Amino acid sequence: MAYFIQQLLNGLTLGTIYALVAIGYTMVYGIIGMINFAHGEVYMIGAFIALIAFLGATVHFGFGLTGGLIAALVITALFTGLWGWSIERIAYRPLRGAPKLAPLISAIGMSIILQNFVQLSQGARVMTLPPLLQGGIEVMSDDSLTVNLSWLQMGIIGLTLVLMTGLTLIINRTAFGRAQRACAQDPKMAALLGIHVDRVISATFVIGAVLASVAGLMVTLYYGVIDFYIGFLAGMKAFTAAVLGGIGSLPGALLGGLSIGLIEALWSAYFSIEYKDVAVFSVLILVLLFRPTGILGRAEVEKI
Amino acid sequence: MLSISGLHSGYGQIEALHGIDLKVPPGSIVTLIGANGAGKTTLLSTLCGHPRATDGQILFDGMDITHWPTHQIARAGLAHCPEGRRVFPRMTVLENLELGGTPLGAKANADDLEKILDRFPRLRERLTQRAGTLSGGEQQMLAIGRALMSRPRLLLLDEPSLGLAPLIVRQIFELIETINIQEKITIFLVEQNAYHGLKLAHHAHVLVQGRVTLSGSGAELLANPEIRAHYLEGGLTTQT
Repeated sequence: MAYFIQQLLNGLTLGTIYALVAIGYTMVYGIIGMINFAHGEVYMIGAFIALIAFLGATVHFGFGLTGGLIAALVITALFTGLWGWSIERIAYRPLRGAPKLAPLISAIGMSIILQNFVQLSQGARVMTLPPLLQGGIEVMSDDSLTVNLSWLQMGIIGLTLVLMTGLTLIINRTAFGRAQRACAQDPKMAALLGIHVDRVISATFVIGAVLASVAGLMVTLYYGVIDFYIGFLAGMKAFTAAVLGGIGSLPGALLGGLSIGLIEALWSAYFSIEYKDVAVFSVLILVLLFRPTGILGRAEVEKI
Repeated sequence: MLSISGLHSGYGQIEALHGIDLKVPPGSIVTLIGANGAGKTTLLSTLCGHPRATDGQILFDGMDITHWPTHQIARAGLAHCPEGRRVFPRMTVLENLELGGTPLGAKANADDLEKILDRFPRLRERLTQRAGTLSGGEQQMLAIGRALMSRPRLLLLDEPSLGLAPLIVRQIFELIETINIQEKITIFLVEQNAYHGLKLAHHAHVLVQGRVTLSGSGAELLANPEIRAHYLEGGLTTQT
């Protein structure tokens, strides 16, 4: 039992990280109907900026651990947001109105460029960060095992919940959120109502990038190991999460992310850790076969 | 208020409008009638920049808006109530109306909403309902209400009677006339329902295959035998 609960906690932590990345896929899909395949790379860049910012703040400027983490969070969000904005500006906006395949290919190209850019500028070696936040609370224990919820796990889950709640409020309650949803439902009509659609799309990319960068920061702290290639697998899994939850749906991204995290953790615990990615992507195939709209997705209705 | 000269527009290689000259004087109701595919909707859409005019000029209140981005045209006080109503189906009636106030930015206020809800009591009853669940007539009222939320000076209406029951059609046209008189909003109306459209028009134009072929006052066109033959007697059922 204790083992199961421990895996559950690990899975939830992993799941929230996937969920943060999945939001970027789902929001961009919701508003311009394309899969931003460079989004995994944005997450990877977020992890790198987080590492650089954290080391810079603590080593160069003498910040403490907490100060360093806050500085890293702010700097990462800022710079990765800028990356997200630039990617849309450079690779997707010129292709607005082009056949759907064009931005998709552009996205894959962007992804390759970003990977190689980081590989060349930061080196291909694995970057490591020693575990910074240690300790936690004991949740329960039985004769064989003590279930431990670390401060870091709590921080990751807590911060994700705060960000998700904030995002939900922004989308549902503010004028920007209203404009964002209007653009997702009918961009031409939104423009006729005086909404600057391009700016809303840019903002959507920035939001997605900021959330992905927070996920990147979390992963850097959680695993302590990053390299230029982490964006590919994490991106694919977050994309799977978005599809599983129902692409275009925000609660779907959270639900999908948590499901993927749990599947991965439980599969690794009870079956074989080597096959965990196979398990995750089998889920993607099964979902696409039996419920293409995902758990919370809406059937695509052709507009008449 | 609106002055269109030598306007050409179309989709890709296909030109739909071949040089339109037309004026909408301030405070008036101008109606454009024409058969399916004559280019009526293209004309209204081109005024809002989508598709772009390939040639010619659009002056709105003396400003050359021909190449302005769509959202900026809306903010200048030109509201477009498009064909098929285009309400946001998955948003509530209230959210749809609030979105209508976008062009005003910070100048938007609760009075506008109250005034519109007084005019459309049905919308007040359904304020928290999703717009997609409204009946066709209610959606049309919502679309007009949404357009009015921006306190426009010129309102473009694209086939407001389309697909509605005769009784509702009459209500909609009465409403258009009231808005024009009470709110002093200039109206440019595009209609297939020639009888109703011409009856309330101060000026009217007939569009045939991308060209204006006939112009006059609403009453003149209504009495014109050619118009009667083409647009009215064939469709007597539209005379409710």
